[in-house]
Amino acid sequence: MAEFKEISPNASVGDKLLNWVDNRFPASKLYKEHLSEYYAPKNFNFWYFFGSLALFVLVIQIVTGIFLVMHYKPDAAQAFASVEYIMRDVPWGWLIRYMHSTGASAFFVVVYFHMFRGLIYGSYRKPRELVWLFGCAIFLCLMAEAFMGYLLPWGQMSYWGAQVIVNLFAAVPVIGPDLALLIRGDYVVSDATLNRFFSFHVIAVPLVLLGLVAAHIIALHEVGSNNPDGVEIKKYKDEQGRPLDGIPFHPYYTVHDILGVTGFLVIFTSIVFFAPELGGYFLEYNNFIPADPLKTPLHIAPVWYFTPYYSMLRAITTEMMYALVLCVVIAAYLGVTRIKMASVLKAAVVAAAVIMMGLMLKIDAKFWGVVVMGGAVIILFFLPWLDNCEVRSIRYRPDWHKYLYAIFVINFVILGYLGVQPPSPIGERVSQVGTLFYFGFFLLMPWWSRLGETKSVPDRVTFTPH
Amino acid sequence: MSDTRLDTSKRTWLIASGCAGAVGGIATAVPFVSTFQPSEKAKAAGAAVEVDISTIKPGEKLTVEWRGKPVWIVRRTPEQLDSLKKTEALLADPKSERNPADLTPEYARNQARSIKPEFFVGVGICSHLGCSPSDKFQEGAQPSLPDDWVGGFLCPCHGSTFDMAGRVFKNKPAPDNLEVPPHMYLSDSRLIIGEDKKA
Repeated sequence: MAEFKEISPNASVGDKLLNWVDNRFPASKLYKEHLSEYYAPKNFNFWYFFGSLALFVLVIQIVTGIFLVMHYKPDAAQAFASVEYIMRDVPWGWLIRYMHSTGASAFFVVVYFHMFRGLIYGSYRKPRELVWLFGCAIFLCLMAEAFMGYLLPWGQMSYWGAQVIVNLFAAVPVIGPDLALLIRGDYVVSDATLNRFFSFHVIAVPLVLLGLVAAHIIALHEVGSNNPDGVEIKKYKDEQGRPLDGIPFHPYYTVHDILGVTGFLVIFTSIVFFAPELGGYFLEYNNFIPADPLKTPLHIAPVWYFTPYYSMLRAITTEMMYALVLCVVIAAYLGVTRIKMASVLKAAVVAAAVIMMGLMLKIDAKFWGVVVMGGAVIILFFLPWLDNCEVRSIRYRPDWHKYLYAIFVINFVILGYLGVQPPSPIGERVSQVGTLFYFGFFLLMPWWSRLGETKSVPDRVTFTPH
Repeated sequence: MSDTRLDTSKRTWLIASGCAGAVGGIATAVPFVSTFQPSEKAKAAGAAVEVDISTIKPGEKLTVEWRGKPVWIVRRTPEQLDSLKKTEALLADPKSERNPADLTPEYARNQARSIKPEFFVGVGICSHLGCSPSDKFQEGAQPSLPDDWVGGFLCPCHGSTFDMAGRVFKNKPAPDNLEVPPHMYLSDSRLIIGEDKKA
């Protein structure tokens, strides 16, 4: 609790007002802590635009969403028509709608870049684990938000996409079918499903999302931002305790981020005005056909941001299960022979591997496909504890780490590409290899991240004034 | 401070009332979660559907809606019936032995999975993730299908394939054959879906 502060009677009205507020609400304190006296490293580069851009897109989505809800009807009989009504009859409705639909894709573009930044500069490493965990939770919320929002226009892709994803839950042994029923609220995707997804999309998930965004930023401002060199700027401070390599967020980075927002808006508005469907990637053509529960479109694929995970889901066939069982055998063998532990523990590892193999062969590949798809996202949460490299930033890691990260990105893009393609035997094989690589990258990270010679990390950030 | 005058009986009551409150809180969650269940109206829907099958020509398919799902009635040609013998070795469950109670009524547990070999009646929902497979009655090589394809169905979502009796091929994401709904013939041309002689 702060002391009550008296201000000189000669102070200006503005100062008096601010003092009055500050004695009752920490306005100046918050402003200083998060803006004018939040010291961020001065060597931020291009990659550091995406955090503030994500916040900017969130604002776009909330504002456009509020206006869309004023005209949209969450009713299976009227939903499709009400979206067309927004597009044709509501003055400027098309703009609001295209901003919202383009914003959804833009959100994922920005967030994928933002996560990649964290990955290459080791921003998830101690003491920033919670920043990363809140971020992963935001990513999960965003996926839920995007998925449920996609049902609302009630087009063919909305309908069959929801049908597929809800049925994923039905693959869980024993409770699955009842769980899917509870999610749909009906025996098929129907009006009941549309209404509850609407409720989740416009209020429940956004509330959680906003809370997580606040937690993400509070945690970040507690530990301070990482930077491209991965060195702690708090190590060297001036007499007043300010980091020598830090600059106040406001005005330096607020101005810097306005440049980012400007660049972003150039691309964003170009898409909104000239290619809102972006060749079927942002809005799929089949979604301009009203939902028909009797007919699946000949080619259905999720929106681009889900396709890497969708490829992994498709990769898990009965054949693939044998490959995965082999992986478990190898892992158990290496665990028992290479790692020093008590023989009781070794027996436990063998027993766990045997049980695992039994389950993998007994339960349908369909269930494991769902596990793999979910696991691909969940595994991100563990990243802070998987990385054993001595240095944080890619800049000072062995050169071959760079190639490995490059392959990881290419692999992710290939998986994404295969996810939009119709199923094919070659595609299936490639996505199986890709899935193994994706999981290998993370699960073997504790081992490979320790290998190789790291370069010497500078004491302070590398920065050339410009 | 903590060791002075700790009123243990008051603390016991605090814990007890806290627990009682938690129980009440959980109990209150029950009605909220219950609202997620299908409504009485949704449960009541689902009457049997009567179909006239006299207009279906050999090699054609008719789709009707039953409980919100597509039900197919395929009138198979003799060649298509023959193809069922060729596919036998490539199928995951040729004899419809998996979950027969849910998927295949007793009267359809045969090679053609039907009462009358000519007519196949099945729910057109893939057992993988619920897409509706598309017709691939044409024989021979085509995209997403093997070169020795003899006719059947292809699920566009994840590439599962089924033969002309809705039996799933091995090594595909879908674990089960297509569901055969309860059905019976009222006459040669009239079929009822959703009811059978047992009921």
